[in-house]
Amino acid sequence: MSTYISKRLIYMAVILLAASLLIFCLYALTPGDFISGNIKLTPERKAELREIYGLNKPVLERYALWMKNAFQGDFGYSLAQQKPVLSLFNDYIWNSFLLAAASTFLTWFIAVIVGVVSAYKQYSWFDTLVLVIVFAAMSLPSFFIGLFLIKIVAVDLKWLPPGGMITTGSNATGWAYVKEVIHHMTLPVIVMTILGVGSLTRYFRTNMIDVIKQDYIRTARAKGLKESKVLFSHALRNALLPAITLVGFELPALFGGSLIIEKIFNWPGIGQLYMSSFSLRDYPLLMGFTMLIAILTVIGTLISDLLYHIADPRVRLH
Amino acid sequence: MSTLLEIDQLNTYFHTEEGTIKAVDDVSLRVLQGETVCIVGESGCGKSVTALSVMGLLQGTTGIEIGGKIHFEGEDLLSMDRHHLRAIRGNEIAMIFQEPMSSLNPVLTIGEQMMEPLVEHLKISKKEARKRAIELIEQVGISRPEQIAKSYPHELSGGMLQRVMIAIAISCNPKLLIADEPTTALDVTIQAQILDTMRQIKAESGMSILLITHDLGVVAEMADYVIVMYAGKIVEQGEVTALFESPKHPYTQGLLKSKPVLGQRQDSLYSIPGQVPNLLDLQPSCYFYERCEHCMEICRSKEPRLDKIESSQSVACWLYEGAAIHA
Repeated sequence: MSTYISKRLIYMAVILLAASLLIFCLYALTPGDFISGNIKLTPERKAELREIYGLNKPVLERYALWMKNAFQGDFGYSLAQQKPVLSLFNDYIWNSFLLAAASTFLTWFIAVIVGVVSAYKQYSWFDTLVLVIVFAAMSLPSFFIGLFLIKIVAVDLKWLPPGGMITTGSNATGWAYVKEVIHHMTLPVIVMTILGVGSLTRYFRTNMIDVIKQDYIRTARAKGLKESKVLFSHALRNALLPAITLVGFELPALFGGSLIIEKIFNWPGIGQLYMSSFSLRDYPLLMGFTMLIAILTVIGTLISDLLYHIADPRVRLH
Repeated sequence: MSTLLEIDQLNTYFHTEEGTIKAVDDVSLRVLQGETVCIVGESGCGKSVTALSVMGLLQGTTGIEIGGKIHFEGEDLLSMDRHHLRAIRGNEIAMIFQEPMSSLNPVLTIGEQMMEPLVEHLKISKKEARKRAIELIEQVGISRPEQIAKSYPHELSGGMLQRVMIAIAISCNPKLLIADEPTTALDVTIQAQILDTMRQIKAESGMSILLITHDLGVVAEMADYVIVMYAGKIVEQGEVTALFESPKHPYTQGLLKSKPVLGQRQDSLYSIPGQVPNLLDLQPSCYFYERCEHCMEICRSKEPRLDKIESSQSVACWLYEGAAIHA
């Protein structure tokens, strides 16, 4: 086990090194930079700024410098925000995480229950109803559901605020602040859950249908076990196994932010920051963020492999 | 000997989009206490469906229709409510299956899977159940029972898994054991061991066995009474010696002819020509007529009835028309 993990860690380091080179080249070799976008600057001033930011050095030297700093925990300095990249991440990423964590939990919770029930009652009216709702939810674009709910729930009914994370001008603290944030995040979380729950429900339904047909489920029934026991201790555990792969992908998604949802609900998340950095060509921030997602992806894969080992006795790691 | 299981005119139909499949068509049979009854027939003849109908394991299959009566100790299993049936299943009637490798849950240990019916039916504590499970593993002839109880199914061989399945089946001292081709997936030496184990347990406990097989060697070794099924119907039934000595139905004769005999040199084994008819919307006829060398005009248009033609043998064939004895 420990040799497996150390082997995996070495692979991860190699993968991340390759990823860093790729990410750096992608941004460094793209024509134009933060300075060239600003048409107000004179050529002399541009050259001066490039000198200051070190943008006139050879690419490989810049990469080496970037990596050297990264190893010391410094992912660079955002040119547009004039702040260290990591402290910016710290400011924004947790807001995104809050939305993603809440909606991921809800999505999985609903998907497992609905998926299991509709698999168990395959082709029943419930299953058909779920099918219709799921495909309707999956085929609606996120901005549409978002705007639609803002119009109904926030503008017409005035139940929930249409956007933002706290009420404008509010300086609530403690419990009042928590309540305010929950109030504001409800709508975006609902929208994200609606968007995500469909495919996951179908996924669990399919897995469960496959598992219910297995011989060992028939054995469990032949033993005279209660149907609930057959479903939950025999079928569900097997049906959840393939979903462990998805857990690995959820990790980067939790921190990755959501471009459209954050934009629509004016949520101060990393997705919005990422989007605005793109139009400004704030490459240090973009590189840092992409690298962060790469790191999380690699860690997520490792976690899902280890989880497989724990959940399925047939999986051996070596 | 009193009757333990009596199946009376069982019909198990599957209604599909293409039509109705009569997997089990008007099958009646009896299993006496302490008796081993074998159902023989080739794949798709309705043997397994008969067994699954008894166990109530087909309920919920789309398009299924089960008719007739299945009396177990005087109670009709088909009209029984679910809870009552569940209390009998795994307890008084137990079943083992054809594929031991896939019949156990891959993510639970052998011990956990053995303890479940004990806790469910005998209402004993988990600790006692574990102790009993280890005893049972030993009883079916597996050494190192403690270690086996902690293993997962993938760590055991097919023969061992089938022993575990037997151990699970006999754990609550069932009165009837239904074995659906228990040795088909195993190699020959293991087959003999498994059959030995089953015979030994039967001798100790006096339970009845309903054994489903296509292997006449198994039948000769195990059966007291034999039922031959073809295309969902019983074509012949009788006591094992009578049936092996003088098979009446051309199908049974064919089956016995296609079995290798020790000490006899044959270039190639006999095989019954043709194939099992498609069970979809069969017309009234003897379903074997296409493959039968004695086929007559009546065989194509009218279904023969299962008649008793000797004290211990019944056959459904037009060749024996008028030979029925009315005892």
